[in-house]
Amino acid sequence: MRNTRRGLLRRRRPELDAATVASAPVPLVVPDLDIAPNDPLLPVFQEASGPVDISALDLDSPALEQMREAGVMLVVPLVASGELIGLLNLGPRLSERGYSSDDRQLLGRLAGYAAPAMRVGQLVREQQSQARTRERIDQELKVAQLIQQQFLPKAVPDLPSWHVAAFYRPARTIGGDFYDFITLPDGRVMIVVGDVTDKGVPAALVMASTHALLRSNAVRLLAPGQLLATVNDLLCDDIPAHMFVTCLVLVLDPATGNVVFANAGHNLPYLRTSDGVIELRATGMPLGLMPGMKYDENTAVLQPGECLLLHSDGLAEAHNSDREMFGFPRLADIVSQPRSGEQLIDACMAELADFTAADAEQEDDITLVTLERLASAVYADAVPSDAGPAGSDLPTASVTSASADECLLGQFAVASVAGNERVALEQVADAVRDQGLSHDQLERLKTAVAEATMNAIEHGNANRAELDVDIKVFRLADAVAVTITDDGGAPSVDPPMADPDLDKKLAGEQTPRGWGLFLIKHMVDAMDVSTDGAKHTVRLTIHVESTPIPLGKEAGDDEQV
Amino acid sequence: MTSKCEATVRTVGNLSVVSLSGEVDGSAAHVLSAAYEQAAADGPPAVLLDFAAVDYINSTGIALIVSVLAKARSEGRRVVASGLSDHYRLIFDITRLSDFIQLYADVDSAASGINEGAPA
Repeated sequence: MRNTRRGLLRRRRPELDAATVASAPVPLVVPDLDIAPNDPLLPVFQEASGPVDISALDLDSPALEQMREAGVMLVVPLVASGELIGLLNLGPRLSERGYSSDDRQLLGRLAGYAAPAMRVGQLVREQQSQARTRERIDQELKVAQLIQQQFLPKAVPDLPSWHVAAFYRPARTIGGDFYDFITLPDGRVMIVVGDVTDKGVPAALVMASTHALLRSNAVRLLAPGQLLATVNDLLCDDIPAHMFVTCLVLVLDPATGNVVFANAGHNLPYLRTSDGVIELRATGMPLGLMPGMKYDENTAVLQPGECLLLHSDGLAEAHNSDREMFGFPRLADIVSQPRSGEQLIDACMAELADFTAADAEQEDDITLVTLERLASAVYADAVPSDAGPAGSDLPTASVTSASADECLLGQFAVASVAGNERVALEQVADAVRDQGLSHDQLERLKTAVAEATMNAIEHGNANRAELDVDIKVFRLADAVAVTITDDGGAPSVDPPMADPDLDKKLAGEQTPRGWGLFLIKHMVDAMDVSTDGAKHTVRLTIHVESTPIPLGKEAGDDEQV
Repeated sequence: MTSKCEATVRTVGNLSVVSLSGEVDGSAAHVLSAAYEQAAADGPPAVLLDFAAVDYINSTGIALIVSVLAKARSEGRRVVASGLSDHYRLIFDITRLSDFIQLYADVDSAASGINEGAPA
């Protein structure tokens, strides 16, 4: 309350001036009066029962000295609820006579009315100011949130044979976490996770510029170490002195599973391998601390079935009510369990919820990105060489390596109801209409899509109408690909099953059925099957011989191919 | 599921002709077997499946055709087909159905082909 009181003394100057004009031939000018908390004058005013005659006081008080110098004769303390909230300072009386007892009584009564009114005004003002502060903070949080959301990717990359999952949960005060996926011109995919020190709008702004610097330099530099060094030098020029950015950059070649990575002081990623969990280590200083830093570049290979976790410190450095830290060993232990990327993220968050109290406020942003190489199989190799028009002279392996250049032509879902494969094939036919497929190719693609969708409906989703079969159509540089995804964890088309043999079927040694997979394999140039434990995907690819539509163009552009 | 397949049976020369239309998929099982029974009732040497008005055949439909073929063969009857698009001809080739079912362009050429006593 002392500060408030002092502030009030300053604010009272207009009233002081008004009183002065009425009572002095020359305006009384009292300099900004700051009464120290231990000034003996304060108790005098506090306890006075009415106006105080300054000249009658004998105190060792700097404030009293100042008042006398300014010509103050009489001080009327304003006291509300026992608290001194202001002073009414008067100079010499205009008539040159001293203040009479009537004057003093009048001033005393005036103070009795004025003090509570002033107190009310003072409280209202305090509350308004607090409300404004709260509003400003809320506003800032909203701005920070907006900035941050603006820069987080809207979707994870869709890579055949890979499953990428991302999770981001901001703390209430919004930290500076970010992550990004950047497709490089050479077909590889760059994955970035970072964390700006500090919170709120300043962190969000630094995050935005870091994000922009990474994006704009990534496609030119390609190498993660060089990228971090460049961005560090650029950031050092502009970043506020007390702030820095930790950042991990990893470049994945989806065709081979090779990753190259560099680290600017960020948490080490965990890789689950068949030999246990390992950390991907590379040393480097956080960004924005000092220019001219070098960043180690290391490599690793992700084998099928392996899963990588990139994480910000919001998880491992979370505390419980006993101030214990969640800790890295606990996190590494979660990673060691065989799980899909999404399951891993769910497990991390479930463990965190167990660790902290249920109603505990999250201390910092949490960002988790998983990169999982699916245990996949390519069955196109199994197509016999005498398979007719769908023969084996077309590339199959290249389909996966071209993945980064693919562009989505269409995406839709059908309910798992028998007959809906017709809907799927019409939609796919529509999506690939201008992609240069010959009539025969289109018919073959339609049959393959219908058969794969039937499998997904019947086997993957067990004819449960509430489950969708998700279908995506992609344009690749030299092919068209369709993915058909159901909820069956296990492959819904059983691979190396014996090919149907018509002689045996006619002789009653095989069921008349069982043509689906056989047909698909003969209709398309490649069929890849993958599963992530929860979803099962069949990818069908047909090579297109005609001039491809330039990548990035929308399906249905006027340009004829 | 209601079938989107319809079948009519008539005789052309010594061929019993089953004209199919719509979709030959799992839902066509009953329509197809009933049509075959009707076509085979008078003991013709051959049954012609005419697909000219069929716009969709899937793997289950192929299985139904295999069943019809198996039954006809057990009865010593030939099955021939007509009106298949190039795409479904391809599928008959891939599945080797065309090794057992002689394919004709249309009903007329099937009728004259059969009368000429061509393929065994």
